[in-house]
Amino acid sequence: MVIYGVGLLSFCMLVGMFAGDLLGVVIGVQANVGGVGIAMILLLALSNLGDRTAALSPITEKGIGFWSAMYIPIVVAMAARQDVAAALSGGWMAIIAGVAAVAASFALIPVLARFGQGGQDDS
Amino acid sequence: MILDSLERVLSANALITAFMFVGALVWLSYVISAKLTRGHVHGSAIAIALGLVLAWYGGLATGGSRGLSDIPLLAGVGVMGGAMFRDFAIVATAFGADIRALKRAGLVGVISIVVGVVLSFVIGAIVAVSFGYTDPIAVTTIGAGAATYIVGPVTGTALGAGSDVVALSVAAGLTKSVLVMVGTPFVAPRIGLDNPHSAIIYGGLMGTTSGVAGGLAATDPKLVPYGAMSATFYTGVGCLLAPSVLYLGVRALL
Repeated sequence: MVIYGVGLLSFCMLVGMFAGDLLGVVIGVQANVGGVGIAMILLLALSNLGDRTAALSPITEKGIGFWSAMYIPIVVAMAARQDVAAALSGGWMAIIAGVAAVAASFALIPVLARFGQGGQDDS
Repeated sequence: MILDSLERVLSANALITAFMFVGALVWLSYVISAKLTRGHVHGSAIAIALGLVLAWYGGLATGGSRGLSDIPLLAGVGVMGGAMFRDFAIVATAFGADIRALKRAGLVGVISIVVGVVLSFVIGAIVAVSFGYTDPIAVTTIGAGAATYIVGPVTGTALGAGSDVVALSVAAGLTKSVLVMVGTPFVAPRIGLDNPHSAIIYGGLMGTTSGVAGGLAATDPKLVPYGAMSATFYTGVGCLLAPSVLYLGVRALL
């Protein structure tokens, strides 16, 4: 049933968010630490449980696949609700700080990617 | 009378209205992509850019802080694009992701998050100093804002920064987020952002969940789970480091 997939997805998200919230409290920051990431790992683990024997039925998978396919439209809606006006009215300092941070981060991606693959390039 | 009735229906079913609106926007974007750019610029990149332009218009027209969704008829866009559905869809993309790629990039993923937070912070702080800020709390808050627009206010509140400085830090974070969304598809080929490994590093370095979600959607949706995985830890790490170690560093230097 489709709802099994949606239910499993919801379960994973809530458990992940809960764990992320607790993690934030434990290390003393006012933020959810990695809730979404923990939820993703949980979903991966549960959907691969027992390899093929306990595999999700195709219809159950549709319940997850639908939300995965809704990702881009949801991101478009997310873009449409950003506070772009505030970003642009923050003045030059805010804009320069944002632009410089992004440019430096982009530039560092190939550096770290090479570093990361250096030692364990076995595949 | 007809208009009143239409308005009533559209606002009573706000989320459904948002689905229809975004559906039309995405369709239009794919038409533009195919007809005007002959497929060179991806449809989803155009849709995200259009979304940002509309958000800008919404902010100017209403004076609100939630872009297009401050227009009453389009309030549903705020729900559809809010953190709840965004995170739900991001988690869903993990289904079918390659666990081995995630495991292999584990260490460099962690490194990229810490490097990403410190790098953005330092650059933000340098910009703040070069604009004449000398108060360590203000410099730290603006540096934290250059990490993400959540780290900025959290840090500013923790340190007791003024609301004008906090607003600046949010603006810096928003600029970063918007730029990552728009810029990623254009720089992706040059920085080798075409595989799970570099996507994990990208997520860790950029850190803004919205920016990474939008940037990867416009570049290659298959990379979303990898980038989102590391980005989701960034804000937490930033909220941990900025008001503590990084603040002490700034105070020692200024």
